[in-house]
Amino acid sequence: MIDQKTLDAAFDARFPHEIKDKLREAKVAIAGLGGLGSNIAVMLARSGVGHLKLVDFDRVDVTNLNRQMYQIQHLGQPKPDALLDILNHINPYLKYETVFTKVTADNIVPIFDGFPLICEAFDKPDQKAMLVQQTLAQLPNATVVSGNGMAGIGNSNAIETRQMMRRLYVCGDRQTDVGNGIGLVAPRVAICAGHQANKILELILQEGNHE
Amino acid sequence: MVTINGEPHDAAGQNLQSYLQDAGFDLSRIVVEKNLEIIPRDQLSNHVIQDEDAIEVLRFVGGG
Repeated sequence: MIDQKTLDAAFDARFPHEIKDKLREAKVAIAGLGGLGSNIAVMLARSGVGHLKLVDFDRVDVTNLNRQMYQIQHLGQPKPDALLDILNHINPYLKYETVFTKVTADNIVPIFDGFPLICEAFDKPDQKAMLVQQTLAQLPNATVVSGNGMAGIGNSNAIETRQMMRRLYVCGDRQTDVGNGIGLVAPRVAICAGHQANKILELILQEGNHE
Repeated sequence: MVTINGEPHDAAGQNLQSYLQDAGFDLSRIVVEKNLEIIPRDQLSNHVIQDEDAIEVLRFVGGG
């Protein structure tokens, strides 16, 4: 088992101290741990984000293996637990919280209060809309980075990051709908997750967003 | 004049929920911001669009 000092030393060699410290102090919540959320969590952990809250009500299913971070050994496990296992194999010295429950308008505040940066990573459009509007309405200090439109194959460059509202950034092509039978495939989902994780890092490093 | 998603519209005086429904939006899949404030779905019908309002409507598609 590698110790924290060795991991930190490897990290320090690649980043100036002030960047590393801001990332280490940051708190990010991820709502939905499917293709977007599981990829976002892994990228943020690899980047040294100090405190991640992982929220999902679902269990790992065999149909998830085509694009989500999970492995055959995780089948049947609650997604927060399975993702925690993966993250602990990447960096066990970050703080992880898991919540195995369905997010509704009534539990937004207890789950997400205290997290200034929230990733929306659900899959159903009505749940995405619910989470974004309720989070922004009930938590006046939260900023949301949402995924919207990443189905199918090809057209990588249509996926982009845009600030759509005062406290809302949207990543995706905003068009391709999994409901149209084009499916979700690993590369485009990961591209969108990369946009979301990259925007989160950018927001963390801006003044006032890391606490 | 009212600005909706950056475009001018002659929508002043209309109920916000009715306007969005008539424009073809599925209310369960959208997020609405009026003058930089989020309007939750269950409050859309309480708002009447005023002249010079700036409204943003984001439509979600499935996948994640």
